[in-house]
Amino acid sequence: MAYILLRWLSQQVEEILLFTESDVFYLFSQLYAREKKHMRLELLSITKAYPGCVANDGVSLKVAPGEIHALLGENGAGKSTLMKIIYGVIKPDSGQMIWNDREVAISGPAHARQLGMGMVFQHFSLFETLSVAENIALYLTPAEYGTLAQLRERILAVGEEYGLAINPDRLVHTLSVGEQQRVEIIRCLLQDIQLLILDEPTAVLTPPEVQQLISTLKKLAQKGCSILFISHKLHEVNALCDRATILRGGKVTGSCIPAETSANDMARLMLGDELELQDSMPGGQAGSALLTLKDVELKPRNNFAIHLRNINLTLHSGEIVGLAGVAGNGQDELVELINGELKADGGKLSLQTTDIGSFGVQQRRKLGLATVPADRIGRGTVAGMSLTENNLLTSYITQGTKSGLVNWNKIRERTSRIIDDFKVKTPSLETAARSLSGGNLQKFIIGREIHQNPQVLVCFHPTWGVDVGAANLIHQQLIRLRDAGAAILVITEDLDELYLLSDRLGAICGGRLSPVQPKAEVPLAQLGQWMTGAFDDGLMTSEVHHAH
Amino acid sequence: MHIEKRLQNSNAMVYLSPLLALLLTLISGACLFALLGHSPFTSLYIFFIDPVSDLYGLSELAVKVTPLLLCAIGLTLCFRANIWNIGAEGQFVFGALIGGAMSLHLADSHGFWVLPLVILTGACAGMAWAGIAAFLLVRFKANEILTTIMLNYVAVNLLLWGVHGPLKDPEGFNFPESALFAAQTMLPMLHDGYRVSIALLIALFMLVVVWVVLARTLLGFQVRVMGANRNAASFAGFNGTALIWLLLLFSGAMAGIAAVSEVNGPVGQLIPTLSLGYGYAAIIVVFMGRMHPLGILLASCLLGLTYLGGEMSQIELGLPKSITGVFQGMLLFYLLACDLLISYRVVFSKDGAKTTAPSLSNSSLSDASLSDSRLS
Repeated sequence: MAYILLRWLSQQVEEILLFTESDVFYLFSQLYAREKKHMRLELLSITKAYPGCVANDGVSLKVAPGEIHALLGENGAGKSTLMKIIYGVIKPDSGQMIWNDREVAISGPAHARQLGMGMVFQHFSLFETLSVAENIALYLTPAEYGTLAQLRERILAVGEEYGLAINPDRLVHTLSVGEQQRVEIIRCLLQDIQLLILDEPTAVLTPPEVQQLISTLKKLAQKGCSILFISHKLHEVNALCDRATILRGGKVTGSCIPAETSANDMARLMLGDELELQDSMPGGQAGSALLTLKDVELKPRNNFAIHLRNINLTLHSGEIVGLAGVAGNGQDELVELINGELKADGGKLSLQTTDIGSFGVQQRRKLGLATVPADRIGRGTVAGMSLTENNLLTSYITQGTKSGLVNWNKIRERTSRIIDDFKVKTPSLETAARSLSGGNLQKFIIGREIHQNPQVLVCFHPTWGVDVGAANLIHQQLIRLRDAGAAILVITEDLDELYLLSDRLGAICGGRLSPVQPKAEVPLAQLGQWMTGAFDDGLMTSEVHHAH
Repeated sequence: MHIEKRLQNSNAMVYLSPLLALLLTLISGACLFALLGHSPFTSLYIFFIDPVSDLYGLSELAVKVTPLLLCAIGLTLCFRANIWNIGAEGQFVFGALIGGAMSLHLADSHGFWVLPLVILTGACAGMAWAGIAAFLLVRFKANEILTTIMLNYVAVNLLLWGVHGPLKDPEGFNFPESALFAAQTMLPMLHDGYRVSIALLIALFMLVVVWVVLARTLLGFQVRVMGANRNAASFAGFNGTALIWLLLLFSGAMAGIAAVSEVNGPVGQLIPTLSLGYGYAAIIVVFMGRMHPLGILLASCLLGLTYLGGEMSQIELGLPKSITGVFQGMLLFYLLACDLLISYRVVFSKDGAKTTAPSLSNSSLSDASLSDSRLS
């Protein structure tokens, strides 16, 4: 009896031991595997369809802790839809989202923040009349920040830690765009952040600000925060990101390690093989002066407008002049001044030998002046009108109308030619402008102006928010127009574009113009200085205006 | 059940909305009649069908349609350009006052020029009244909605002063009315026995003109662009100031001619209550007619019918004539409500709220709606 009992006991013990051993092994192996494969965020075949298009088609994506992950793709590739899905703004039709190894269904941005996600949108959502601390307080619950005084301390501490120095008491409208972005980032960092999503964060920054941002993001990543970085600018992705996922037409077309992949190869993944990226464009042959601005002054029309002073600029036939500058330093005023919407308060504008200072938009257009505005849908086109009607918007000067009557057939014919020549992807001529993607609409607008054979073309942000393929086409068309003898003024914040296109370069800051010199004589550092206003001994100030 | 934004505006709803509004008005009207103790169907028949059941009834409808249509034609162009001229009533009344004064002044004059001069005077008076609002808008950026509305009251009081004072018929037993107009200042009738005047032809002609202008001319295109996006209009070099003047003056002229069509037509003299609210009803006409010439023709028939129906209800049912205003009000009310369905839709499922775009029910300043506005 005792024997049997002993046998039984020993069996039990053995079993227990065996069980424990395998269990422990199992546990260890699991832990090991987790240690190896632990992902901050995993997306498994996320699909989201809208009527008429599939924005995300089986998208899978992994982001490790502390990884800086780039999301690349042309416009309409589905990047922003994917971001909205991650941040819980929209729900996917199907697919799984795994957050720290646990499947989650995010019910909204508040939930996403609770989980430790933060997002910096391209267009900031700050109240301009409130202080930095007040803006951040609005974003958090009182339980999260305690008192305003405590919050101030935390803002300063976080700023110190990540190199995001900011005075919590400053009013937001006095901040530069870069500083406003800092506020947006800081308010994400005040929570326990594990994933930071940034939507084209460098689009609005000056070169030094970009450097600052990159070093901040690297610091963040070192502390274990994952970063999802959306950008068009391939060399930034190269400099910053550990891995990149490339989207095309809603699908993942590849992923790569940017440090080991050339910008050209990444562009090819984004666009397919149709692309021929150009690193440089042939220079132009400057001819006679076409448009001349002499000592032009424009007084501000409202509190937010910039005072343009001493503007001296000459555009010659067969050349492209590029103007750099941080947004809100007088670019809008300069474009409206040349277009004729605003009349100069002093100085002289002439087109060849004609003094056009008193001329309105129509008269100037008749003389061969054309403008591509920055605001595609708010100014350059009427959102609800068809492409045909939007063609008439500016081409009424040169074609399709006879003594006030509109020949719609002719306009339609011309519109379809623009669509062909500029490869505008649209279902029909009668499609409303608002249904076109940004890049396609921009191609249409540029095409509309180029088709009128302007002598002088002003392009404000010609490729802003436009994918690489469309930008490439626009660049080629601008070069062609220039070679046909037109003078082109390109105003943009995209420095790559300026160096690619321009024959001469300058910058605008605080309503004043830097010298405009041949591209070869203006190194990037010089241009960066000009953008901050360092070009006029008498007036050298840090007078960079940062209206947004 | 909740309301959510459509991904795209519904084109079908643009045209269905007025019909739906009419249906809801009929239902509410039936309820109203029932509450007042009348048979709903008989009452609706009396209101909407009886007045136009014979040729004379139809001709009377045309009499009401004429001023409505003329006012609405002017307003259509204004509204298309986002100029909210609510002052057709005042322009109508002032046109009537000055046109009437001219008619009285020409009582002893004869010649082919008498009638054109009367019409021209009415048109110019309407233009002058609208011109005040145009000047205030262009020069001082004074909101045209407010100025035109206030000018309506001024015009009505000027008319009252006129018929109580200088224009009062000396032989009228002290009634606040002018003398009857002389025959040569009256608009010729299209047919004996009916009260339809040549003003209807003017209205139809102007309707076609406006249709052509909107669809085929650069001017019409400019009007539409200005209404859709003023920044684009100024970028393209359209002269906004000139357009404001042109459209408000045109609209005033149309209201002035509408006034002459009424005063020198069926009414035949100046009386304190000559407008019957045509200028206001024309606003409903333009919105019901979707700012399209063909639409406003149909809508002006419907609104014209409410005047006849009101009179008929007064006779047959013993209801006050103000039932006309009740029906007009309901039409506009339901139309504005139904227009919500152009860009929103009603969803009946319960879980729909979470899977789609932010709904109206989620109106709090929540994080979701904030972020969505940032993204969009």
